[in-house]
Amino acid sequence: MKNAEEIFDILKKEFGDSILSLDKDTPTEPIISVDPLLVHKISKFLRENEELNFDSLMCLSGVDDANGTKVKDDDGLESIQGGTLSVYYHLHSIELKHKITIKVATPREDAKVESVENVWKCADWHEREAYDMYGIIFLNHPDLRRILMPYDWEAGYPLRKDYKNPEFYQGMKVPY
Amino acid sequence: MGLLDKEFSDGNIVIVKVDDLFNWARLSSIWQLGFGLACCAIEMMATSASHYDFDRFGVIPRNTPRQADAIIISGTVTLKMATRIKRLYEQIPDPKYIISMGSCSNCGGPYWEHGYHVLKGVDRVIPVDVYVPGCPPRPEALLEGLLKLQEKIRNESLRKKSA
Repeated sequence: MKNAEEIFDILKKEFGDSILSLDKDTPTEPIISVDPLLVHKISKFLRENEELNFDSLMCLSGVDDANGTKVKDDDGLESIQGGTLSVYYHLHSIELKHKITIKVATPREDAKVESVENVWKCADWHEREAYDMYGIIFLNHPDLRRILMPYDWEAGYPLRKDYKNPEFYQGMKVPY
Repeated sequence: MGLLDKEFSDGNIVIVKVDDLFNWARLSSIWQLGFGLACCAIEMMATSASHYDFDRFGVIPRNTPRQADAIIISGTVTLKMATRIKRLYEQIPDPKYIISMGSCSNCGGPYWEHGYHVLKGVDRVIPVDVYVPGCPPRPEALLEGLLKLQEKIRNESLRKKSA
C-alpha cells in the first residue's frame, strides 16, 4: 500500500516533467495532475508497475472547469473562451488496496486527451460519455461516437457551462 | 352494457348497433404494446401483475406494435426516444389509443426546465387520449386512466373517431 506522496514520487522519477503537480488539500482523494497527451503511457505504467498495480479504473469523468473569460455576444448570449476542460481518472488497486486520482486539463478550444481504452477496457464507454457531454476528443479511441445524445445531435455538448439548448430537434420543439 | 337486452327468446340472435358491438369489442380487449421508459414502467408492470391484474380488463402486453391497440407511454420521453416512439406509433394499426402515464410524458415533469434531452410532453409527437397524472402514478391511477379510455371508446362512432 502506497500513500499519495509515494505514488507521486514514483511517477515523478519515471516521467519527470510530464507529472505536473500533487494536490493534497482536497476533501476527496489526493489528485495528481499529468500531461493530457502522455496519459496513456502513464496509465500503462500505473497499471503495470508492481509497486502501484492500479488494476481498476473506478470512474472516468469529464469536467468543465469554466475558468475562461465570459464573453457576451450581440444577442446577450454568454459563452466561455479559453480555460480548460478536465478529465479525472479515479484509480484503485484491488491487490494493494490504495487509491489515487489522476487529472488532466486540456484547452477548451482544442480539447484532446489520449485514450486509455486499451489500458482499462471500461474506459471505452466512459470516454464516449465524456466526449458526448463535453466534446473532449480522446485520441486513439476505437469508436468515439456519442453514447447518450442522438447521433445526429448538432447543438453542441450539453454539460459545458455555456451550452445553449436548441429551439428544435428534428421538428420537435425542445424548450418547455 | 345493455348489449344483451334485446335477446330473442330462442337465444341465437342478438340485435345490436354496429357501433355498440365494435366499441364493446374494442374496449374489452385493449392489447397494449409492451413499452416502458422509466420508473412509471415499474408501476405499469405492477398493474399488470396479479394484485392489480390488468388482464381482467383485457389488457395484454404484446411485443410488436403490429399486434397492439394501445401504447402506454410510461416514463421520460427523451428526444432520442421520441423519434422511436413516433415510429412505433405509426406501426400500430388503426384504431389506436395512447395513454400518457406520469408527469414526464405529460409535460416533461421534473425535467421541464433543465432537461436538455427531454421532450416536454409526448403529445408534441403523437396524439394522446388519456393523461394519467402522478410521479409515478399508483396502479389505481393507471387503472382509472384505462377506465377513462374505455369510456371514451364506448362513445365512439364508426363514422367519426373521437378517441
